[in-house]
Amino acid sequence: MRKEPGSRYYVEGIEVPETPEPRSEQEQWTQTEYVGKPRPRVDAYERVSGSAVYPSDTYLPRMLYGAILRCPHPHAVVKGVDTSEAEKMPGVRTVISAFTPDDRATQPHSELIHTTLFSTRCRYEGETVAAVAAETPYQAWDAVRAIQVDYDVLPFVSDERRALDPDAPKVHDEGNQVAPTDTYERGDVAQGFAEADVVLEEIYRAECEIHTPMELHGCVAKWDGDSLTVWESTQGVYNIQAGLAGALGLPLSKVRVVGHYMGGGFGSKLQAGKYTIIAALLAKKAARPVKLTLTREETYLAVGNRPASNMRLKAGVKQDGTLTALEYVGSGASGGYQAGGTSLLDWLVRDLYTCPNVRTELTNIYVNAGPARPMRGPGHPQCAWALDQMMDALAEAIGMDPVELRLKNVPTVSQARGGSPYTTTGLKQCLEEGAAAFRWKETRAAIAREGNTNHLRRGVGMAGGLWAGGAGGPPSTVIIKLFSDGSVNLNMGASDIGTGTKTVMAMVAAEELSVDPDAIQIEHADTGTTQFATASGGSKTVPTEAPAVRAAALDVKRQLLDLAAGEMGVEASGLTLKDGKVVSIDDPSQEREITALRSLRRRRSITGVGYRGPNPQGKAVNPFAAQFCEVEVNTRTGEVKILRFLAAHDSGRVMNRLTYQNQVFGGITMGIGLAMTEARVLDGDQTGKMVNKNWHDYKLPTALDVPADMTCVPIELEDPEANSVGAKGLGEPATIPTAAAVANAVYHATGVRITNTPITPMRLAQALADARKGE
Amino acid sequence: MASRRRKPAGKAQISLVVNGEPTEVAFSPHKTLLEVLREDLGLTGTKHGCELGECGTCTVLLDGQPVLSCLALALACDGKRVETVEGMARGAVLHPLQETFADLGAAQCGYCTPGFLLVAKALLEENPSPTRDQIKQALAGNLCRCTGYLKIYEAVELAAARMQGEEAEAKEETLYGRR
Ligand code: FES
Ligand code: FES
Repeated sequence: MRKEPGSRYYVEGIEVPETPEPRSEQEQWTQTEYVGKPRPRVDAYERVSGSAVYPSDTYLPRMLYGAILRCPHPHAVVKGVDTSEAEKMPGVRTVISAFTPDDRATQPHSELIHTTLFSTRCRYEGETVAAVAAETPYQAWDAVRAIQVDYDVLPFVSDERRALDPDAPKVHDEGNQVAPTDTYERGDVAQGFAEADVVLEEIYRAECEIHTPMELHGCVAKWDGDSLTVWESTQGVYNIQAGLAGALGLPLSKVRVVGHYMGGGFGSKLQAGKYTIIAALLAKKAARPVKLTLTREETYLAVGNRPASNMRLKAGVKQDGTLTALEYVGSGASGGYQAGGTSLLDWLVRDLYTCPNVRTELTNIYVNAGPARPMRGPGHPQCAWALDQMMDALAEAIGMDPVELRLKNVPTVSQARGGSPYTTTGLKQCLEEGAAAFRWKETRAAIAREGNTNHLRRGVGMAGGLWAGGAGGPPSTVIIKLFSDGSVNLNMGASDIGTGTKTVMAMVAAEELSVDPDAIQIEHADTGTTQFATASGGSKTVPTEAPAVRAAALDVKRQLLDLAAGEMGVEASGLTLKDGKVVSIDDPSQEREITALRSLRRRRSITGVGYRGPNPQGKAVNPFAAQFCEVEVNTRTGEVKILRFLAAHDSGRVMNRLTYQNQVFGGITMGIGLAMTEARVLDGDQTGKMVNKNWHDYKLPTALDVPADMTCVPIELEDPEANSVGAKGLGEPATIPTAAAVANAVYHATGVRITNTPITPMRLAQALADARKGE
Repeated sequence: MASRRRKPAGKAQISLVVNGEPTEVAFSPHKTLLEVLREDLGLTGTKHGCELGECGTCTVLLDGQPVLSCLALALACDGKRVETVEGMARGAVLHPLQETFADLGAAQCGYCTPGFLLVAKALLEENPSPTRDQIKQALAGNLCRCTGYLKIYEAVELAAARMQGEEAEAKEETLYGRR
């Protein structure tokens, strides 16, 4: 049986220090002044005025531009690279490839993916073959085109469903299965099926999705002697630092990575890319700063994807709604190298609904295509696509309301973790309060009453969810500095990837120090000047960083009250902070402005340090969700209009009502993409190349595709055990149930079940036609 | 040629009115307006998302009309008025659209924001009180991967109301969701 899911999958292979326990007792907040209220982003001005400098906006004096030659074939051996023409071209300063005598260029570039920086055997379209630095981007690209590569093109396999056939071309010589099939088992499924009144079985598939954040992947690299500075669009500066230091053999202290603003990542910017290391090498060789920004097309090929997933699910249920057995066989496309092709793909089957007998099997498969990377809730939206469509089918088979069936099977303990209790399980409230706010029963009754015979058919659907991560945890260190004028400086390593991390942290510090969040200046995401933090991903940034911020603020507060106690002649334990003043708790008339404290004026500042304490022993901390939607299907054209969405989420304490809602609406929209439009298309029969590597052919939901009516219902359960602020993660859960809810609504409207994403008009029209024929 | 100053060898030179400032700029003749704005004029508020005309994040106003600056050859813009996100605020006072985008959380990572702001500005100049559908249509060419668009529509509506002189505030529902 395999161990716990990689709750820290995003830092796998990178050693992270544990941090000491927080120094002061931290009771949960009962009343708050800032936390929980809607608050616009502290850096909103920069983001709307055009003054925020993103890594791609970094232009340095004497900067060169880098460009990468990528393999145009899905599978080929590089027999030789002739860069002589390219080197002679105007403006070209450096050309490197696997054939350049440079020992660094042939080192494995990460612990996760074992390959050299420049490959001599390319296993996917878009693998790096050579790179150029030139005075202008045009010159760099001209030079890339002038490089002669002698390829030996090999047969390829691009569909993981065929990759294990005995005659399939081998991506790796040892075979196309990444590792032995992973199995999990509890109870006895055969017995479970025997006890069931109804047993259903279905095959589902979720197509491969690409993250496509708006800002391209890229960086600027600059050397000062033997120390390197890199400005990178990243979710975690310390991951980039570790990746660079490892590949280049540098001490961590000599690698400074800065990433103040960044234009989205969704999991694709958690680690150093080959391009980061290439930029650093080019800059070193040319002794000039180098900017290397990928083209949009390159980002479709080489910086990760949500892997295509195949899922066969067999489920047994009793007439009263008790689940008796779940049997699940999943496989996924790792890509050309070892990556999380099936990561967490069975987690919901194992953990979301109470079921004593469960068996799962996961097989991770190599194909000649870009490697997978975590994408917003790895494995989960795909697993929900299968499991929650199955729950819907079971409910219908036993004549039970779909919400009731889920309520009947709400777990109280984490079954996948051997029965550890959850600190809180808000699934029941998500289902009940969500259904009530959505008017689930009333809407279903109305649709049944009015009949659904017109060619425009209405339907409602729902799905539940949880996220295996979302607890956060150590390590994290935060430093807060209080100046003698009462203003505050907060120093943390975490990136704000657009979710509002800086804002939430300012609110937390403001809450303890009783200052306006606007008086707090934040330094963040810079390995040279800010404290250690893990990457912002896995819905763990708030539950990881907020307790550390709170601890640092309390450390400042304790020191400040100690100073004030001496001056005011009151015990420190009898003092508190209010509106920039130190106030006696018993006698509020006894107060002193912070700025009037002589000892603080002499000292000029107080520095507090906070650490993220450990998570509770033997308990599971997970966010829960239920989402509901209503659709209108045109049965003549197969078009689906999503009329409204309602999302009920238990992510513990709401830290900022505005950014909370932002996460939920953004997550729903990404889930709509999975359900309706997004799919990587590979030309598997002829060239093996990706045919829709641009936003024109690979379609994201646009302003016209999202419902105008989206509602977010926070289920705010107190969770004092989870961590000192009582918050759990939200970003990922928001996208987990969405696609399944849409598919269930389409089924409710039409009686046709679409088991393969996306629900395109063509696919649905075909299914409707098939259903009519069958009648 | 609008200017008599000598242009550097191998470069093209044009006159633009950039955010109200008459500007002469010399650049390699093959450059797009996006590249000239970002690389030669230092106006990096205009973002680069695809350079393929697909995402709208590079949108600027050219003589008041939204154009994708990644598809516009800078040479073809000689003599035109260009407005970028940097030109929307008056000094440090934000344009009502910028204010409502900030206040409602319509800018998350913010990378798509300049493009949306300029398209919305052009829309409101032409149609001061657009319907939700008109807003959707106008913004449909701009992609955002973070927000789900709803906050963006609401921000445009709120700014439109304020620009009409109404004392509009964000609806409770917009900030808190429906209870
Ligand atoms: S950068 Fe111009 S449309 Fe994307
Ligand atoms: S706010 Fe990030 S892409 Fe729109």
